[in-house]
Amino acid sequence: MQISAKLRIATIAAATTALMSTATLFGANAQETYRIGYAISKTGPGAPGAATSTTPNYEMWVKEINDAGGLKVGGKQIPIEVVEYDDRSSSEEAVRAIERLINQDKVDFILSPWGTGMNLAVAPILDRAGYAHLAGTAVTDKAPQLAKRWKNSYWLLGTGEQYAVEMAEFLKGLKEAGKINDKVAMIAVADGFGIELSKAGRKALEDRDFDLVYDKTYPLGSQDLATIVNEIKSLGADTFVAFSYPPGTLGLTEQSRVLGFNPKIFYAGVGTAFPLYKNRFGDNAQGVVSLGGASEDDPKIADYIARHVAFADREPDRWASIVNWASLQSLQQAIERAGSTDREAINAELAKGGFDTILGTYKPGDQTFWQVGQWQDGKFVGVAPTSMEGAHELVFPKPEWKAAQ
Amino acid sequence: MSILKPDFIKPVGLGAVIFAALAFLPNFVDNYYMSLAISVVSFAVLATAWSMFSGPTRYISLATVVFFGIGAYTVAVLGEHMAFPLVLICAALAGTVIAVLVGFSTLRLAGVYFVIFTFGLTELVRQVVSWYEVNVTREMGRYVFLDITQNDIYWQLLALFAILLLTGFILARSRLGFALRIIGEDETVAKHCGIDVTRVKVALFVLSAVFMTLTGAIMAPRWTYIDPVIAFNPMLSFQVVIMALLGGPRRLLGPLLGVIPLTLLFEVLTASFPNHFSILLGCVFMVIVYLLPGGVIGLYEKYRAPKKRTLSPPDGNNTTPKSEEKAA
Repeated sequence: MQISAKLRIATIAAATTALMSTATLFGANAQETYRIGYAISKTGPGAPGAATSTTPNYEMWVKEINDAGGLKVGGKQIPIEVVEYDDRSSSEEAVRAIERLINQDKVDFILSPWGTGMNLAVAPILDRAGYAHLAGTAVTDKAPQLAKRWKNSYWLLGTGEQYAVEMAEFLKGLKEAGKINDKVAMIAVADGFGIELSKAGRKALEDRDFDLVYDKTYPLGSQDLATIVNEIKSLGADTFVAFSYPPGTLGLTEQSRVLGFNPKIFYAGVGTAFPLYKNRFGDNAQGVVSLGGASEDDPKIADYIARHVAFADREPDRWASIVNWASLQSLQQAIERAGSTDREAINAELAKGGFDTILGTYKPGDQTFWQVGQWQDGKFVGVAPTSMEGAHELVFPKPEWKAAQ
Repeated sequence: MSILKPDFIKPVGLGAVIFAALAFLPNFVDNYYMSLAISVVSFAVLATAWSMFSGPTRYISLATVVFFGIGAYTVAVLGEHMAFPLVLICAALAGTVIAVLVGFSTLRLAGVYFVIFTFGLTELVRQVVSWYEVNVTREMGRYVFLDITQNDIYWQLLALFAILLLTGFILARSRLGFALRIIGEDETVAKHCGIDVTRVKVALFVLSAVFMTLTGAIMAPRWTYIDPVIAFNPMLSFQVVIMALLGGPRRLLGPLLGVIPLTLLFEVLTASFPNHFSILLGCVFMVIVYLLPGGVIGLYEKYRAPKKRTLSPPDGNNTTPKSEEKAA
C-alpha cells in the first residue's frame, strides 16, 4: 500500500500540532508554591466513594492551609498549589496521570487516588520516582508486604483481615457472656472487599467456635436482597454479618426492617458509617454495627466533623475520612518538621511518625482507629477494640425496628 | 503471493526502518511521553486489529475488551509461574480458543444482533470470571508483581504492532484477503463463488482476537492489581471503535489516523479540563460525526479521487466508489 506524501505530511502536521498544544499547557509556574498533585475518580464507578472519603478532605486541607498563609517551611510561608486530574476510575488513566504529575507537572507531593485497585496501580510508579504514598482508601491483605516492597508507601486502612478478626473477637466476648448464641449468618458482596473480609471472617468465626448457618455472596450492584433476608430469618442466628457495599448496605437495612428481621447483632458493611445512612434511616440506625467508628466525644474529632460540615455541606464518613484526615495532618507536620520542601527529607520525617492528629499521636499506617463501631443516638461511635480509650458500651440487643418515617 | 516483488519490499522496508527508529524513542523522552507512547501504540494495535476483522466484514464488534481482559487475566494467573514469553503464548492460545468458540457460534448473526451479542459477551465473561473468583479461588483481585519496565512494555507493543501491520499487509495480498473483500462487497456473491463464508470470517475474527489478547497481556504488568471490573471495562471497546471509525477501518493504516489524534485529544482534555472531560469529549465526537462522516481516510480519498483517475491506475487496495458509498 502506498501512502501519498500529502497524507504523510498531514499526519505529521496534525500530530505535531497536538503535541505542541499539549506541551504549552504544561507551562511552568515561576511563583514559589508547594505543588501538590492528585488524580482521583471524578467520574466512573469510583466517583461516589472518592467524593465521600477523599476529595472533600483534600480540598479542605489545602484551603485551610492556604487560608492560614501556607505551609511554614524554614521560616517562610509557602502556599499550596494543586494540580488535579480525573482518572475516570481506570487503572490505565491513573497510571498515566501519575506519570504526568511526576514528569510534566513536577509536583512536590502526590496524594493517593481512591480505591484499592487504583492505589495498587500507582504504587510502583510513586516508589520508583521517590514519592511517598499515603494510600488512604485501600484495604488489602497484602498491606504488610506492600509496605515492605515499596519503602515509602503507607497502607492506612490496613488489611481486610484485621476488621474481620476484631469483629469475631468482639462477638466471642458476647458469646462467652451468654448474650448471643453461636449461630452466625454471613453474607458478602461479590467484590474484592466483600470476598477478602468474608474469607477472613469465615476463618476467624470458625476458629472461635461459631457456627456459620448461612454463608453466601450476592452480586455487586444488587439492592434487592429480600430473598436472602427471608431465608436467614428462619435460621435462628442471633448475629447477622454483611460485608456489603453501600447499595447493598442500604437495601439490606431497609428489607430487614420491612421483613421484621431483627437479630441481636446487626452488622452491615461499607456505607453504614456514611452520614447518608443516618439521614435515610433516622432512629432505625440505632444499634446497627459496622466497621470504622469515631470518638465523637473527642473534641478534636468533633471539631473536624464540624469543619467538614462547614466546608463540604455534609458530614464526613466515620472511617476512611478520619484516617485520611490524620494522614494529611501528618503530611503537613512532616513538611514543617523537615523545614524544607526536599522530598527525601519529608519522606524521612513521615517514616519517623509521632504526629499530633485527630487520631492522637499517629504514624501513617498505624491501625490505631476503631475496627468496630455502632450507631448510638445519632453518633457512630467506636466499640472495639475494647481496649482502646473511649470505647463505648455496646447497645445490646439491637432495638426493634420502628415503622418507616 | 507476491513476496519478493518491489511493491512488497519497498513498503515493508520503509516500515522496518520506521519501527527501528521508533524503538529508540525511550532514549529521547521522559517517562511521561513514554506512557503517552504506550497509550498510542496499544490503541494502534487494538484499533488496527479491530479493523482487520470489522473493516472488510462490517461487523461492529464490541468484544475488544473481552480479549484484552482475557490477556490481562492470563498474565495475572500465570505471570509468577512461568517465563513471560511463555505466558504470552498461553494468552494467545486462550484468546484463540475463546475467539473460535465465539466466532462459530455468532458469526452467522448479522447487523445489530452481532453488536448486541458482543456487548453482552463482555458482561458474560466478566460475570463468569467473578463467579469463579468468588466461589473457587475466594480472592477477587489478583496481583501482578513482575519486573517489567515501562520501556519493556513499549518495545513489546511496538513489536506486536509491527507484526500486526505485516500480517495485515500480507493478508491484503493473499487469497484469504481477497475472499474477505468479496464477502464485504456482497456475501451472497461470495457464497456463489465457492467461498466458505463462515470459515473465512471466523479465521479473521480469531486473528484479530489474538492481537487484542496479546495487547492485554502486555499491558497487565503496568497495573499491579487486576480485578474483573478493571480488566473488562467496556469503555475500552467503545474507544477502539471510535478511533477506528475516525481513521477509517477499511485501510490498513486508516485506524492509526484515528488513534493518534484521539489519544492526543484525550490527553489534552484530561490534562487541561479534568472536570469537563466527558462534556468536551461528547462535543468533539459530535463535531467529528458531522464534519468527518467518512473518517480521516474518507476525507483523504475524497480529496484525492479525481486526481487518481487521470494520473494513475488504482492500486490493489483501493475499494470501488460504490463500496465507499455503502460504507458511508
